[in-house]
Amino acid sequence: MTTTSPVAGAISAPPDTPKAVRKFNKGAGGVGPIGLGIATLWLSIIVLLPLAAIVFKSLEDGPVTFWQAVTTPNALAALRITVVVSFIVAAINVVLGTLVAWVLVRDDFPGKGFVNALIDLPFALPTIVASIVLLSLYGPDSPVGIHISATQPALVIALLFVTIPFVVRQVQPVLIELDRDVEEAAASLGANNLTIFRKIVLPALTPAILSGGGLAFTRAIGEFGSVVLIGGNIPRETQVASQYIQQQIEVDAPVSAAAVSVVLLVIAFVVLFVLRVFGSRASKREEQNR
Amino acid sequence: MNVSTGVRLTLRTVALGYLFVLLIVPIAVILFRTFEHGLGQFWEWITTPAAISALQLSLLIVAIVVPLNVIFGVVTALALVRGRFRGRGVIEAIVDLPFAVSPVVVGVALILLWGVGGWFGGVESLGFRVIFGLPGMVLATLFVTLPFIVREVEPVLHEIGEQQEEAASTLGANGWQTFWRITLPAIRWGLSYGIVLTVARSLGEFGAVIMVSSGFPGISQTLTLLVHSRYIDDYNEFGAYAAATLLMIVALVVLLLMTLLQRTRKSS
Repeated sequence: MTTTSPVAGAISAPPDTPKAVRKFNKGAGGVGPIGLGIATLWLSIIVLLPLAAIVFKSLEDGPVTFWQAVTTPNALAALRITVVVSFIVAAINVVLGTLVAWVLVRDDFPGKGFVNALIDLPFALPTIVASIVLLSLYGPDSPVGIHISATQPALVIALLFVTIPFVVRQVQPVLIELDRDVEEAAASLGANNLTIFRKIVLPALTPAILSGGGLAFTRAIGEFGSVVLIGGNIPRETQVASQYIQQQIEVDAPVSAAAVSVVLLVIAFVVLFVLRVFGSRASKREEQNR
Repeated sequence: MNVSTGVRLTLRTVALGYLFVLLIVPIAVILFRTFEHGLGQFWEWITTPAAISALQLSLLIVAIVVPLNVIFGVVTALALVRGRFRGRGVIEAIVDLPFAVSPVVVGVALILLWGVGGWFGGVESLGFRVIFGLPGMVLATLFVTLPFIVREVEPVLHEIGEQQEEAASTLGANGWQTFWRITLPAIRWGLSYGIVLTVARSLGEFGAVIMVSSGFPGISQTLTLLVHSRYIDDYNEFGAYAAATLLMIVALVVLLLMTLLQRTRKSS
């Protein structure tokens, strides 16, 4: 993060007077009010109106119907399985993702560049391909004799596959930027590796780890493609919320589908909101420490 | 932190072993399965009429979605970075929304908005079929890919600042000239990266598209839907593997492009 020194700020201050701003706003690379209008309209049609429609539909028959729709045994089970499995996936990602990032930054071995590029593969690979890839390994014709398709461990593996990059890619840049002098100073003062990791490295990485874990969690609770073939879609056992929603649309119960969708949206928003608040606090604290 | 060789090797083994089991082994297995009956069989599976039409439909969707996202994505990024207005935080949050929405929820939302009885359901009576037609699949893909270009172009716009644009404007360039000669060349790598991500996601989107497609083979199946229906409906395991491998090859090309673009961006 770069901080401008007060001197530089003072020098560049004069051109930023409101008058100059108004003058340069016209045609100097900006798009003006028309551009802003176009952008807002575009976002509204593509993103906001569909989401508004879903919220509206979920409450169409009143809050009681909404509550009933999200508390049927199957809906509750699907939501519970989704949240629990996603939490496990996020936790595994937090530990192993940090480890992978550490190895990629601090270790050196032949083929590191290849491994580093490989991390992005799950983002590039279509989710349905991820599902079929895992099915060919862990499905009925498993060449290694592991048959876990249509079980909850299969859900965990499918979701781990698609969420690998989140923690790794959040932690990696922070680890690269980390000042190693502090670690050396601690070592010269007699701290052992475990202490250095706990007291110096981990606190610096925590915001990135949590934000990566949170992103992995929000991705996991909404995931559909990668679990659709290997998950089995067994109600109250392996059916996740997105599969339940799809089923409700298929049996022509749009209000119920919309209600569970809204719950899923709310969970994702709450997680992202907490992350944002936490992230801005962490960066403020960091600035104060400077 | 100077860890001993033993610890370092242990950590390396655990990390690489995890990636090997989770990523490499499954992909090796599917590649083996795809090609165990020979290259000819693979070629046959991906050149059936249904497969060719699926590929064409997927490419058609990409061809519609990418230009729309480029135009509106760049306008949105410019409005967010260069504009000074209230409520910027709200618009920033809306741009990020699609990342937090499940693909299936996207599909449901579009059905409820554009389907029969929805707020915009009226367009169907005008003979413009959105849900279970191409427009629905395009809208679904637009929704899930909307953040990519905005998010890749925004930081570049921040970084290059406004001085060159201001200089061009002072020298008499109009808005278009400034954009074509100054802004666009400056953002080209960020924009390219955003386009690569958009293409990859458009080709690979499954959950949102399956909700709004009628899924007829040869008519309204994209490549991802073809993989799914071959496996689920036709019990054609190897056909599904072949189509998945085709998508995987595309993904590898995308990954290669991503790596190259990032390198170019860092060096420029």
